[in-house]
Amino acid sequence: MIKVLIVDDEPNIIMSLEFLIKKIGYEVYIARDGSEAMTIVESEKPEIVILDIMMPFVDGYEVCEYIKRKNRRTKVIFLSAKDKEADIQKGYDAGADLYITKPFSTKHLVNKVKELAIELIE
Amino acid sequence: MEIKWLVILLSFLYLGLLFGIAYWAERNSESRWVNNPYIYALSMAVYCTAWTYYGSVGRAANQGLDFLTTYIGPLLMAPLMWIVIRKIIRICKVQRITTIADFVSSRYGKNIFIGGLVAFVCAVGVLPYISIQIKAISNSFLILTGDSPGYTSASVAFFNDTAFYITILLAIFTILFGANRVDSNLKNNGLIAAIAFESIFKLAAFIFIGLYVTFGLFNGFGDIFQQSSVLPDIEKLLTIPSDSGYSNWMWLNILSMLAIVLLPRQFHVTVKENRNENHLKKAMWLFPLYLLLINIFVIPIALGGKLIFQNNPVDADTYMLAIPLQMSNTPLALLTYLGGLSAATSMIIVSTTALGVMLSNSILTPLIVKNTELSAPENNNLSQVLLRGRQILIAAILLLAYIYFKYVSDRFSIVSIGLISFVAVAQFAPAVLLGMYWKNGTRSGAIAGILSGFAIWFYTLVLPTIVSTGLLPEQFIIDGPFGVGYLSPNNFLGVDNLSPITNGFFWSIFINLLTYVVVSLLSKQSSKEINQAEVFVDIFQYSTVYESSIVWKGTAYVQDIKSLLNKFIGEERTNRAFRNFMINNKINSESLRADFRLVNYAEKLLAGVVGSASSRVLISNVVKEDNISMNEVFDILQESRRFISDNKALKEKSDELEIATQQLQIANEELKKLDQLKDEFISTVTHEMRTPLTSIRAMSEIIHDNPDLEDEERSKFLDTVISETKRMDRLISQVLDLEKMESGKLNLELSDIQFEDIISDSLDRLRQVIKEKNIDLDVHIQEPLPMIKGNKDRLMQVVINLISNATKHCPEINGKIIINAQNGDGNLSFIVEDNGPGVSPESRELIFEAFYQAKNQTLKKPEGSGLGLTISKKIIELHRGKIWVENSVTGGARFQCLIPLN
Repeated sequence: MIKVLIVDDEPNIIMSLEFLIKKIGYEVYIARDGSEAMTIVESEKPEIVILDIMMPFVDGYEVCEYIKRKNRRTKVIFLSAKDKEADIQKGYDAGADLYITKPFSTKHLVNKVKELAIELIE
Repeated sequence: MEIKWLVILLSFLYLGLLFGIAYWAERNSESRWVNNPYIYALSMAVYCTAWTYYGSVGRAANQGLDFLTTYIGPLLMAPLMWIVIRKIIRICKVQRITTIADFVSSRYGKNIFIGGLVAFVCAVGVLPYISIQIKAISNSFLILTGDSPGYTSASVAFFNDTAFYITILLAIFTILFGANRVDSNLKNNGLIAAIAFESIFKLAAFIFIGLYVTFGLFNGFGDIFQQSSVLPDIEKLLTIPSDSGYSNWMWLNILSMLAIVLLPRQFHVTVKENRNENHLKKAMWLFPLYLLLINIFVIPIALGGKLIFQNNPVDADTYMLAIPLQMSNTPLALLTYLGGLSAATSMIIVSTTALGVMLSNSILTPLIVKNTELSAPENNNLSQVLLRGRQILIAAILLLAYIYFKYVSDRFSIVSIGLISFVAVAQFAPAVLLGMYWKNGTRSGAIAGILSGFAIWFYTLVLPTIVSTGLLPEQFIIDGPFGVGYLSPNNFLGVDNLSPITNGFFWSIFINLLTYVVVSLLSKQSSKEINQAEVFVDIFQYSTVYESSIVWKGTAYVQDIKSLLNKFIGEERTNRAFRNFMINNKINSESLRADFRLVNYAEKLLAGVVGSASSRVLISNVVKEDNISMNEVFDILQESRRFISDNKALKEKSDELEIATQQLQIANEELKKLDQLKDEFISTVTHEMRTPLTSIRAMSEIIHDNPDLEDEERSKFLDTVISETKRMDRLISQVLDLEKMESGKLNLELSDIQFEDIISDSLDRLRQVIKEKNIDLDVHIQEPLPMIKGNKDRLMQVVINLISNATKHCPEINGKIIINAQNGDGNLSFIVEDNGPGVSPESRELIFEAFYQAKNQTLKKPEGSGLGLTISKKIIELHRGKIWVENSVTGGARFQCLIPLN
């Protein structure tokens, strides 16, 4: 079963993401900040990570670089309210596979997660 | 020990002390003990000589208030110092002038004759004055040792006369500390320090004896005046006689006003030894204060002396010594003697130094450089010859003064030698003072003025003293020469109600001034004169050497000038001076030819050594000068004035522009910064709004796309949508609030409010949260709190914000909040304290900035909008109060507001 890690500091956003991912049958892990995310990446080795950027202590860019260093094949989707061109570029530079801005379309997000999962299997 | 030997021992010990002070000060000339305005002001008190020290009491006892005029004049002059003396000092600094003779010579085209004339008049006028100082030393010695009744001091053989040995020591002192270098422009710091010491010493001694007489022998001032009412001439002594007294007073005051500027010794200490123009500011009040202090006890001592010696004729000039001797108070008599010695020696030292430099620079040197082989360019001994010459002159002056005292003074009545000397130097007043403000005064005018004034001085004031020796018939004074009454020296031109001094002063200065003006108007100036007149009168415009070197034309070679200067100021100093001057004025140092600036600069350097007239001669020996026509002079002068003023105007304009540019730059930076802040604010607000929006959209889509949701889940998602909508609404209204406050559009409606109501209403709203978190709440309100003017809703907003922040930061268990409100010092003080983690010192100001937590990634995710504290701060500031945060004793955050009561 595909393991998806959700990293965000907003409980309500976590709640909705958890619902959406579980619904398509993937296993869900949750982290509320960057360092927690790193610990879970280390222990559970999730295949897909949905990652916020503005978080306390360690920001999303750093977490993304860490994940890619550990395993280049892990898919990372940035999910952030930061919508400036420079921020998005920075996200891809950090190694992200996808950058989706908040507020997001649930259908779009779920589709993208599925696409990435298929890429992983192939 | 016999008193005579004690006195001799003390005298020489005192002189030894002077040598010590001068030696030390010479070696520590930059020490703050030496280089300060107090030393400068004290050295001016060389004005007070033995004539002041002994003579004031004598004059007061014999002629009454007359003596005061000598001190009131300088007092009146003091406020003018900043205008007149500062101008003289500036001129002398720029032109490197060191004596009054050089000053006059320089003003009138660096003329040799007029410089020599002034030096001669000074010597004739001042020499007798020096000799009466020696006489004072000698007399006081005789009085003290009890040898006096039989004969006068002048009849003692010179080798038995202590004054002779003292004079020799003074000559050595003056040569060592006043004429040890050929460059007279260098400061004699040791000499000045010694003079300042003498000034303190004589003042202290005078005041001491004054106190002794007034409070020791009598019961204070009142007592002396009370007792002296029995004296026969008391009324005359304490009032100004009404017939001619007032005009006498006025003229004597004017006389001493002039003397304080023109006396060679005053010029020496005030102008030549001035180290800093600003020292004048202190001297302007300190010197008059000194004069005031030294005159306080004159009348009490004079009246006291008259009472003590009522039936026993004692010369009033000796009261200072006679009183302590009469009372058998030997130590006090010795102190008085030493005070008198210090007054006399200071005058002798400074006058001799000044005269020595003046005679050597204005008479001896010009004669040598003009007429002898010594000034030939290849001769290298000139500067040594000049220095030796100056030293010999000093010794000669003192010797002459001694001889005058010994063999001449006793034949004359010397009552007013001091004043006669004043009148002699006053003859320079038109040439010096008018010459500084009136460009048309000419050399011929100055020479004619000084000569005529001097002649009248001699006729009206010196001749009568010769008559008193019997060399001329007495009829000469009474009936006038050849019986022509209106030529009589004392009633000159039929004016008969003035005292002899006033009479002499009035006529000499009047004729002098008249001659100066009339001859000046009738005669023409040479080009050099025009140049110097221009620089003297407008000195504050030509304050640099470059600007003051206006008119010169000719051919000169740098090497010739250099080797001339080498002889006088040494090779090293010459090279250094030239190098600096060339760099400062951007002159090509390789050039062989010297331009007019360099020639003038060299001439001024040399003027400091040999005086300006001799310097002119020496320079013209080594350069080939072209004659310059009058028209050219005027053209160059005009050009140079325009150049200087254009330059100044240009510089001012460019400075202004520079400042304006800087201001614009600063304004621009600030605008940019504001712009940046605004961008940042908007982007943060957008981000913060998107967070609830994200939840709302996601939840709504989930509910929409999943009709089969369980009831429980559906209502959980709907609750989230509702709470996130509220959160957004709160954020929007807070942003709008803040915007209103920052743009000043928010009008607070004020009313009288009880702050305790605000606290209890706020707590009512928060009680639920506090209870849920199990927080221990501790409220202290100091009743009754004063009424304050404020907006209740807004203040409640602040209180709620602070308390709810506290609840958020309290630990999960054992949370504690302390609220404190009290009246303190015109303010209402409100404190909210929690026991959470506190605020680190570096963020204590930052937390009041909008969205601080959101922007700062190292902090925990904010639970509120991020604007609460920012708005609270604005509200408190709108109430003209203050809010800040510290850590409490437990380490938690402690927010405090102060709101002024009215």
